[in-house]
Amino acid sequence: MGAPLLEIRDLSVEFATPRGPIAAVREVSLEVRRGECLAIVGESGSGKSQLFLGSFGLLAAGGRAEGAVRFDGRDLLGPDTSPLRELRGTRVAMVFQDPMNALTPHLTIGQQLCEVVLDRGLLDAAEARARCLEALRSVRMPDPEARLRQYPHELSGGQRQRAAIAMALMTRPDLIVADEPTTALDVTVQAQVLDVLREARDLGLALVLITHDLGVVAGIADRVAVMYAGRIVESAPVRELFAAPAHPYTAALLASVPRLDAPLTGRLEAIEGQPPQPGEERHGCSFAPRCPSAVAQCRELRPALQVAGERSVACHAPRAHAGARP
Amino acid sequence: MAGSIPASVTTDGGLWVDARRRLRGNRAAVASAALVVLLVVAALLGPMLSPYAIDHVDWTLSPLASPPSFENGHWFGTDSNGRDLFVRVWSGTQVSLLVALLATAVSVVIGVAWGATAGYLGGRIDGWMMRVVDVLYALPYMFFVIILTVVFGRSLWLIFLAIGAVGWLTMARIVRGQALALRQREFVAAAVTLGLPAHRIIARHIVPNVLGPVIVYATLTVPQVILFESFLSFLGLGVQEPLTSLGRLVAEGALEMETAPWQLLVPSAVLATLLLALNFLGDGLRDALDPRQG
Amino acid sequence: MSEHLLQVRGLSVRFPQRRAGLFGAHRWLTAVDGVDLDVVAGQSVGIVGESGCGKSTLARAILGLVKPAAGSIDWRGTPVRLGDAAGLRRMRRELQAVFQDPVGSLDPRMTIGESVAEALVALEGRQQRAACDARVAATLGEVGLDVVLARRYPHELSGGQCQRAAIARAIVARPRLLVCDEAVSALDVSVQAQIVNLLGELRERHGLALLFISHNLAVVRHLSDEVIVLYLGRVVERAPREALFAMPRHPYTRALLAAVPEPDPVARSAERRAPLAEGEPASPQASAAASGCAYAARCPFADERCRRELPPLERDAAGHFIACHHWRALPRQP
Repeated sequence: MGAPLLEIRDLSVEFATPRGPIAAVREVSLEVRRGECLAIVGESGSGKSQLFLGSFGLLAAGGRAEGAVRFDGRDLLGPDTSPLRELRGTRVAMVFQDPMNALTPHLTIGQQLCEVVLDRGLLDAAEARARCLEALRSVRMPDPEARLRQYPHELSGGQRQRAAIAMALMTRPDLIVADEPTTALDVTVQAQVLDVLREARDLGLALVLITHDLGVVAGIADRVAVMYAGRIVESAPVRELFAAPAHPYTAALLASVPRLDAPLTGRLEAIEGQPPQPGEERHGCSFAPRCPSAVAQCRELRPALQVAGERSVACHAPRAHAGARP
Repeated sequence: MAGSIPASVTTDGGLWVDARRRLRGNRAAVASAALVVLLVVAALLGPMLSPYAIDHVDWTLSPLASPPSFENGHWFGTDSNGRDLFVRVWSGTQVSLLVALLATAVSVVIGVAWGATAGYLGGRIDGWMMRVVDVLYALPYMFFVIILTVVFGRSLWLIFLAIGAVGWLTMARIVRGQALALRQREFVAAAVTLGLPAHRIIARHIVPNVLGPVIVYATLTVPQVILFESFLSFLGLGVQEPLTSLGRLVAEGALEMETAPWQLLVPSAVLATLLLALNFLGDGLRDALDPRQG
Repeated sequence: MSEHLLQVRGLSVRFPQRRAGLFGAHRWLTAVDGVDLDVVAGQSVGIVGESGCGKSTLARAILGLVKPAAGSIDWRGTPVRLGDAAGLRRMRRELQAVFQDPVGSLDPRMTIGESVAEALVALEGRQQRAACDARVAATLGEVGLDVVLARRYPHELSGGQCQRAAIARAIVARPRLLVCDEAVSALDVSVQAQIVNLLGELRERHGLALLFISHNLAVVRHLSDEVIVLYLGRVVERAPREALFAMPRHPYTRALLAAVPEPDPVARSAERRAPLAEGEPASPQASAAASGCAYAARCPFADERCRRELPPLERDAAGHFIACHHWRALPRQP
């Protein structure tokens, strides 16, 4: 398959706060290959968003990222910041949860989309407009020509998100990082937007999808990495993750989500306790306090990530031949 | 709640603790707070330290207006009538501060009540209440005060009433804006669902949550009021003899600027320091309290 | 025969839009349009729909937070109107609510103990200090909160803890019906399951009836006995839970169920079960002008009659209500 497109090695993200430093991401390593969709699953405090904000130099004030990030062989976090500035927005694009954050309220859709390519001198005005229409069509935006002249507030939520994705596609990037792109959308609109992302992936685009919604993951991901308290606790190809989750957190998460196709029982299998606050650190495994299968060792020693082929898991007592989900 | 809760629970004061911490980190604000306290203490104790009374004319001096000196006990000098300036400056500071605090208190009480009620009730009541504010805002303030002074004579109480009566307008607007925003919050909906009547919701849920901006604005109002009172005094409409205020002292000192500069410099220095310190403190409070709002 | 707690008939709620000109007539946005609803003691009714369907407005109207333009709300047989303070007070003692934003639904300047105590005093009158403390502590325990947390402020607690506190506030005076307006939507996935379980437990222990409003179909399916589907302010389908999810009859319900992504990669690669809805939920403004079925614009089965004529709510043999002209003719689900 060749070298991975994006390689993250031992990335840590820390924020300086008046109460002391808070580590949002702790020594995370992962790879994204061309033409695949990697889903990052986690709840609040897992660090899933900060991982990519840190990789691409988008951290808020007070945040610092340490580690190695390579995109197509080029070092992004090294002393030379030029690769980062060149690649960000051209070969790597980001899509966020709230499209109103990506779209400027006082510019028309056409202006904003074209600005992406005009600013960098990549295309001239006529070519830019043609590319705009192409991008809007590829996200199945109804009536693209009319949209060019409209302002973001005149579009519905789903249309805005589509415009944001179109904006990401303007430079024909190799990688799109989408952070909860459909969470704020109605479920029927979400299905359509996911279709759009799936088509982009099928055309060779690499896609990183950050989400907490396991249903979305099942529908589009090729590989999944599960994060908890700033670390990756499990990663696997999607079918294997759902069929036989090795880490107790993954298994518990899958078991606790109510599903339409599952038989109805009296109670959901909830995970006790709550996700740790960002920066909370403890001895041993972060999940141990909530883990149904924790042993003494789990509270003493933090499990290292063990890699076996396409799967990896950080657990002292991973579930074997997991008969997994109901 | 104390009955069933173990005493070992650490309760921090919640939002106020964070604000206090932020404020302590702001050096300018801390220094200003200290300065304000210092000036207040000086104002209270100053007149007691000097042997002279506020209206005692020192006939031993020639000329009557004498510059500051340690030997004759007039540390700040005397004014054109031979009265000790040290005592007068600190007494004047007392008066200025009193007027400012009382007037600000009046504006806060009326402004918060008016604004919170208008903002929470909304609709037509809000419309009418804020139209009253708009009309009062449009009145020429100076004329209003002058007419009051002419009709009722120049008394201290009248001054702070007049200032307070107009000062509440901006406070009401600020509070109304906050109340409008708060009305949309879910805890207000929850309070309505509990069946709490409007006056209780305003008192228990709206007002405590607007205190942040109110405190900030009140702190910034005090210097404005002092300045305004000084202005009135400068025009001759302020406090009457033998009482004096910083404004009057500045006014009188300005007349003697060329021959007895200390009469202008000393009260101006005190006034400027007080205003500067209050402004810095107000800014610091705003920074400390605002991030937590909403 | 179980007692009827809540009976809603023909409820409509409208909001004024900007006037045309200075003296023109108001244009109205109809958020809720002629909705009927029944909740019986101990029953759990779920209301689902997407944005703009009016479910939150419906909840607010029932709670007396918003004035209906038409229709009636009866609590235990007695009509309740917004102006009727005594009637509202009577209803509120037995009808309480939990809202979407766990932290935002608690006053940031009150400890959670104070919030719960305030509810008790508001609904049951003045209390002896010791008795009040005891009730608050007991209720906090019931929702799984350590009594130590009573002194904390909302911003010091997690989302799940705040929502438990909000539930404690809602149940401290022993209501008979709890309205949950997107009560788990803002919570982490692992915490959602806990709160769903908690609501189920409270139902069993106290015979509490629930009116559960959500856009999350799987959660509604788990918690409800009966489900109502709203679209643009109107009831399009209403059925007992099993019937609705096993055999959805209205095209919108089918589209909704088909669109929910299931956490099962194997099933995803199978064909879609039903044609997806086209386009997006129209904004309520757009539907104001349209007559006929509100869903016609997106419905793959719509015809001229659908666009002209508003379909009435019809009942089939199994107690399933559908508002569609063609429901009998629709192909059976696979």
